[in-house]
Amino acid sequence: MKQLFQLFSTFFKIGAFTFGGGWAMISIIEKEIVDKHHWIERSEFLDLLAVAQSLPGILAVNISVAVGDRLKGMKGSLSAALGTILPSFLIILAIAIFLTPDIIKNNEVISSIFKGIRPAVVALIIAPVITSAKAAKLTWKTVIIPIAVAILIWSRIPVLSNPILYIVLGGIGGYVWFTRNELKQKEGTK
Amino acid sequence: MIYLKLIWSYLKIGLFGFGGGYAMLALIEREIVGPGWITEQMFTDIVAISQMTPGPIGINSATYIGYVAPGHAGFNGIIWGLLGSIICTLVVVLPSFFLVTYTSHFITRHKESALIKGVFAGLRPVVVGLIASAALLLMNTANFGSETDDIIKSVIICLASFCIVFFTKIHPILVIILAGITGLIIF
Repeated sequence: MKQLFQLFSTFFKIGAFTFGGGWAMISIIEKEIVDKHHWIERSEFLDLLAVAQSLPGILAVNISVAVGDRLKGMKGSLSAALGTILPSFLIILAIAIFLTPDIIKNNEVISSIFKGIRPAVVALIIAPVITSAKAAKLTWKTVIIPIAVAILIWSRIPVLSNPILYIVLGGIGGYVWFTRNELKQKEGTK
Repeated sequence: MIYLKLIWSYLKIGLFGFGGGYAMLALIEREIVGPGWITEQMFTDIVAISQMTPGPIGINSATYIGYVAPGHAGFNGIIWGLLGSIICTLVVVLPSFFLVTYTSHFITRHKESALIKGVFAGLRPVVVGLIASAALLLMNTANFGSETDDIIKSVIICLASFCIVFFTKIHPILVIILAGITGLIIF
C-alpha cells in the first residue's frame, strides 16, 4: 500500500512539473525511479523504455504503466498512470472551464495574443520534423516516404488522407523490406 | 451520440498514436477537426495551451477536446464537458494498459527479431511524414489569417519562432509567450 502511494505521488510530481511532453519526462522519471527510489536497475529501465516507445500511445503513460506493472502488477500500473494523468487533467480542465473558445474569440486582448501564438505553434511543429528526419537517417531514396505521407494526409483525399493507413503500411512495408534484406545478406554470404 | 463518437476516435488515437505527441497531432486533427467538433483555430490553441502547461500533449488535448466537443454538439454545461473530458482521457490511455502489460514480454523477447526491427524501421520515416503533415495542416487561414496584412505578420512570427526554436536553446514556452506578446502589440 505504501509503495502504491509512493508510485502515485512520484508520477504525480513528474506529471505536474514536466513541460514539453514525453521525452522531457523520461529523464526525470529515470532520476526518480532509478537513482532516488532504486525501484529498478538502470538497464531494466532502459528495456522498459524501449518497450514504451515502441508501442503506440502516450509515451509518459506507457512508461508509467510499464514501471508500475513491473513493481506492483495491475495495481501498480494503475497508480502510476493515474499519477501521470491527473495533474494534466486537472490543469487542462480548469483552463477549459475558464478559457472557453468564446472568450478567446470575443475578448480582444486574448484574441490578439492567440493570433500571435498560432503561427508560433506551427513553427514549434516544423522544428521536430527536421530533428526527427535526421534521427530517422533518411537517404535520398527514403526521404520520398515522409514527403509523400505528409502531402497525402494534407490533401484530404478520402481514405488516402488517413494517417492510420500509413502507420499500417509503414509497419508492413518495413517488415517485408527487412526480411528481404536479411535473405539477400544470407545468400550473399553463401 | 457525441460521446460514442469521441470514444471511437480516441480509441483510434490511442491505438495508432505512434511516434509521440507531435506525430499524434495529425491523427487528432483528422479525428476531431475533420468532423467539425472543434474549429481549426481551437485545435491550434489547444496545442499552444498544451505547450504552456505541464504534462503530455496527448492527455492535454484529450481533456480539453473532451470538455469542449459536447458543448459544440449542443450538450452545454460543465457536467457534460466534465463527462467528456473524463471519457476522452480514459479512452486515450486505455490501449496503453493492455499493450504495455501484454506485449512488453513479447517485445523484450523479440527485440532482435526481423518482425520488430522491420516494423519500426518502416515506421520511422512515416512518423517524420506524420509530423510534417501536422505542420502542413496547420498552415491555414485559421492560423495565419486571410488578409495579406495578417498573413505577412503571421509568417514573420512563424519564421522568427522557428529560428529561435531550431538554432537556440531558448525554451519553447518562452517562444510562445514572446509570440503572444508580439501578437498583442501588432494585431
